[in-house]
Amino acid sequence: MAEVLLDVRELAKSFDVSRPWLNRVIEGAPRQILKAVDGVSFTINRGETLSLVGESGCGKSTVARLICGLYGPTRGSVIFGGTDLAAIEGRHDMLAMRRRFQMIFQDPYASLNPRWRVEKIIAEPIRSHDLIKDDGAVRKRVGELLTDVGLSPLDSEKYPHEFSGGQRQRISIARALSSNPEFLVCDEPTSALDVSVQAQILNLMKDLQREHGLTYLFISHNLAVVSHISTRVGVMYLGRIVEIADTKVIFDRPLHPYTRMLESAIPDITMSGKPRTPVAGEVPNPLNPPTGCTFNPRCPHVREKCREVRPELLPFEGASVACHGIHEGWIPIQAT
Amino acid sequence: MSENAAPLLSVRNLRVEFNTRRGTLVAVDDVSFDIAPGEVLGVVGESGAGKSITGTAIIGLLERPGRIAAGEVLLEGSRIDNLPPDQMRRIRGRRIGAIFQDPLTSLNPLFSVGRQITETIEQHLPMNGAQARSRAIELLGEVGIPAPERRIDHYPHQFSGGMRQRVVIALALCANPRLIIADEPTTALDVSIQAQIITLLKRLCRDHGTAIMLVTHDMGVIAETADRVAVMYAGRIAEIGPVQQVIHDPQHPYTVGLMGSIPAVGQDVERLPQIEGSMPRLTAIPQGCAFNPRCPRVFEKCRVERPGLLQANRTLAACWLHDPDRTVPAPPTGRSKGTLHG
Repeated sequence: MAEVLLDVRELAKSFDVSRPWLNRVIEGAPRQILKAVDGVSFTINRGETLSLVGESGCGKSTVARLICGLYGPTRGSVIFGGTDLAAIEGRHDMLAMRRRFQMIFQDPYASLNPRWRVEKIIAEPIRSHDLIKDDGAVRKRVGELLTDVGLSPLDSEKYPHEFSGGQRQRISIARALSSNPEFLVCDEPTSALDVSVQAQILNLMKDLQREHGLTYLFISHNLAVVSHISTRVGVMYLGRIVEIADTKVIFDRPLHPYTRMLESAIPDITMSGKPRTPVAGEVPNPLNPPTGCTFNPRCPHVREKCREVRPELLPFEGASVACHGIHEGWIPIQAT
Repeated sequence: MSENAAPLLSVRNLRVEFNTRRGTLVAVDDVSFDIAPGEVLGVVGESGAGKSITGTAIIGLLERPGRIAAGEVLLEGSRIDNLPPDQMRRIRGRRIGAIFQDPLTSLNPLFSVGRQITETIEQHLPMNGAQARSRAIELLGEVGIPAPERRIDHYPHQFSGGMRQRVVIALALCANPRLIIADEPTTALDVSIQAQIITLLKRLCRDHGTAIMLVTHDMGVIAETADRVAVMYAGRIAEIGPVQQVIHDPQHPYTVGLMGSIPAVGQDVERLPQIEGSMPRLTAIPQGCAFNPRCPRVFEKCRVERPGLLQANRTLAACWLHDPDRTVPAPPTGRSKGTLHG
């Protein structure tokens, strides 16, 4: 039985995007709450990769930031290796926990300090967690990390601007690995890169996962990348998970109409010339989401119930899906 | 596309240079291609390959210190690369439309979309205000904006990303241009919106007989939209041919590597094939074939002499492997997996 490394329960985050107090008083503008993440639960087993996919604004990056502690949750909990992160008291224990997970960001041009040498960048987690005391040993460790990610130990003397986008992303990965973490949160790590460089980074991430036994939470909007790297996939729509299943299951037999829509929208380089199913409509304004199932205005199978009752994420034949039509059997299930 | 139709756009040996303090950079070198009326030519390549600069040079929007150093651009048989700015301005918008990547920066936030469209129409076509407005409404409807008679008075910030890109397309279509240069038109959009925009572009191209030069780094978009595709590498065309041919049976080792490195849904592989290293900087383009330091099938001639476009199967590839006058070493067995350091 696989060990559960990360357990996320009913996680939610709201942002207050109201007009300033004076406008509310004078103009009577109402308070406005944006529910970026609205009750998301999932688990990740040690050594596996869970991907969260969805369109802009679905809350996938907010989930990543909540797990890393960059935002505090409005409600819900994040349990890492059996410990509830919210229950940790004291700076020392929190630091010890923080060492065990790290984050890789989307834009390698913005996530590295341009005025620091690569050595200082990579050694920062080592120093802030006080893992190695001796300067010579730190330098040796940085050299090893650079070799691990396919760069040269000599690169530690350079500045970020001397590297290409792909090489910078390798430096970000080396920095994330420097505190010997068990878990990496990767927020769109390849979407700023060219395809050939993307292939290099994806291969590197898979190699490192095998060598170091890492666990990944992978955030992406690119379904082809997700199908390549993940063990399981969760599809998000307007702050909720609408379907979650093993990669093979979700791509062979997508259940939720939104998952089907996303999969049919993937540009397919093998079917050159044939039309793909264009998708109707756009993501609604998250400030004023539709009632019931939030996907109902775009759904081809919509019925009265979908506009009134919000579907729960329930197990269905090896997957979990939040859709009345699937659970009540009026949406036909088709393998692709 | 019929072989003998006169090309709408013809680019001959185009060379774009940037004079910098560190010497002259050649961003586009000896690029030639034709686009027939109604044809979609895809131009793909990685960042820095010169694909956007090629597009910018054609519409005469190169910014200093960039300049066309050699070659010709012919639109319907007459040269446009040496026209004075005011004549070029009349061609831009009237005979060549442009769509750029970011729909937010290509619209003026201070004017309603209707004002921006009618201004362009009045500039190029003999119409009065009322006629221009009704044509603008018609155009907005055509690109799939719901309730165009109401939306015409809205400002760019009131539209979503996908809707904004539709406005930009309407703007490009105003004067019924013969050619549209679309530079990464779907890159800033979500996948589901991307599909809508591509379908729209294809339909417009068919209905109006407009030719499109589609610049993108996304092979998926090219596969679905283009008739022919040109693959660029380090400022030159590496391979050009019918889209099916280039995708399913690429002839240049770079195209082979590029196609292999794209992950596909349902493909069950542990590792993606990858091209070692990265594209050379423009200051240090290798001698001979620019791809030779990364090429798995490199041989002596590649390091010395630069290949021109050679007939290879049904495409043209700039690669000595397709030189009819020489015997070529057999392809290597298996792929070496060293550490990479570009």
